[in-house]
Amino acid sequence: MIWNEPQECMSRDEMHKCQSDRLKDMVSRVYHNVPFYRKKMQALGLEPGDIASIDDLVKLPFTTKQDLRDNYPFGLFAVPKSEIVRVHASSGTTGKPTVVGYTRKDVDLFSEVVARCITAAGATNHDIIQVAYGYGLFTGGLGLHYGAEKIGATVVPISGGNTAKQLQLLQDFGSTVLACTPSYALYLAEAMVEAGIDPKSLPLRLGIFGAEPWTEEMRKAIESSLDIKAIDIFGLSEIIGPGVSCECEYQNGLHINEDHFVPEIIDPSSLQPITRGNTGELVFTTVTKEALPLLRYRTRDLTSLDYEPCQCGRTTVRMHKCTGRSDDMLIIRGVNVFPSQVESVLLELRETMPHYLLIVDRVGALDTLEVQVEVDDQYFSDEIVKLDALTKKIKHAVESVLGISVKIKLVEHKTIQRSEGKAQRIIDKRKL
Amino acid sequence: MIIKQLSVFLENELGRLTELTRILHENNINISALSIAETEEYGIMRMIVNDPEKAIDALKKEDFSVHTTDVICIVTPDVPGSLNKALTYLSDAGISVAYMYGYSSGGKAPLIMKVSDPDKAVAILTEKNVSLVPPEDFYK
Repeated sequence: MIWNEPQECMSRDEMHKCQSDRLKDMVSRVYHNVPFYRKKMQALGLEPGDIASIDDLVKLPFTTKQDLRDNYPFGLFAVPKSEIVRVHASSGTTGKPTVVGYTRKDVDLFSEVVARCITAAGATNHDIIQVAYGYGLFTGGLGLHYGAEKIGATVVPISGGNTAKQLQLLQDFGSTVLACTPSYALYLAEAMVEAGIDPKSLPLRLGIFGAEPWTEEMRKAIESSLDIKAIDIFGLSEIIGPGVSCECEYQNGLHINEDHFVPEIIDPSSLQPITRGNTGELVFTTVTKEALPLLRYRTRDLTSLDYEPCQCGRTTVRMHKCTGRSDDMLIIRGVNVFPSQVESVLLELRETMPHYLLIVDRVGALDTLEVQVEVDDQYFSDEIVKLDALTKKIKHAVESVLGISVKIKLVEHKTIQRSEGKAQRIIDKRKL
Repeated sequence: MIIKQLSVFLENELGRLTELTRILHENNINISALSIAETEEYGIMRMIVNDPEKAIDALKKEDFSVHTTDVICIVTPDVPGSLNKALTYLSDAGISVAYMYGYSSGGKAPLIMKVSDPDKAVAILTEKNVSLVPPEDFYK
């Protein structure tokens, strides 16, 4: 099913016109209402009249997370505070949180795009959707909540954590859809086994997972352990929250709600657009949002775009599953390392659990990478020789993918912290 | 004659062994024999206890990685050459030993060993009149 067929299935020409009209209006709004953007445009010698169509997007200035921090908390808002009906904020692990605001229309837009996404995922008004994303300043919980209500589904607003209750409600309420982070989904699967619950006995059939990058291998692991279809939903609070894009039933790229969020792919070093189809940094311009319209916001997520029409009937551009953020990228001995690369390897080895932790340190002048891995109980051995062989096997597999030497440390079951929200995969002890 | 040995994976961390023995104590589990194999990163504690099922449940509940391994326990006279004799029977039958532990006291030396084929080892040793400790002697 398609939630908003006129908007999700228009021709490329119609989309070009829709985006162009909206961009012109948006540029005029930010120029007149946000001093930050007016200054930036003036510095480039740009006036709103210089923007004739979406093709002129490349002329406009970029926005970064640092710009949001510099204007903390409300400096980039384009409407009077009386029109703001809600704020959300990022966790702010590095420095101040980034604050985002919504007018009533923005809140409606938020519900609309999430409704499109979960419909694309395969949810309908007959579903019971258990929202196990955190409710609060994080956009995940409330975002999914209002989108699910909009399509008429029954919402179970349990929020994140409280695993025993999650399992109880999955059984007692018969939730058919689970929305949470992929790492929490895996944790729930593990908890289910421990509680002696057979996932096949549950009505649960669909998972809508996002808020952190995850690999195809992780998808397979979740799909088989929970006996569901796992759909990737993408978003970031700066743009709106979840609902920026989402996979459809074909699981072949995430359809971007590009009539609202216009994507570009750029080279993160030269900041120039990249040839269509190639991988680079994803950039969004929010052409309809009122409270916090952002010009060319650099997401730090690395992906590529596919403009080919999809089998599902939607014509919206699809972004490939994000498997890494330029923020998550570690540079170890000059080599680029993404946690997702390690994840893929561990999930392909039957002996290891999908829980891991990367510890980067510097000994003398040399960077070291330790990968802590939990061994599946089934493959645990009482013989050192066998565990040594297993360690070597993991080491070899990880090294062949990363291209640098690593130290593998087998750790006890459950020593790696299970995440109820976004998983912490890296500890960087280097003091640079 | 096959005995269930518990093998527990332990990270090299101060207090981990104390934690393990605390859990066994609280569950009234008695250890009859044990050995620890250690590496730079972790150790494996192998032990024979009086109630393996109960011990496994208790340890798993506390998130220990526990496995059971089939081992045998032979008793040889505490005199030179008796171990060599028993091992010769095994190697002649193509059975290899992965590890063993034990000690001697009162003229007897009980030895717990993990072998490549426990059932075959029991048959051979019984035939050769090497005495084996039955599991009932441990589970009580």
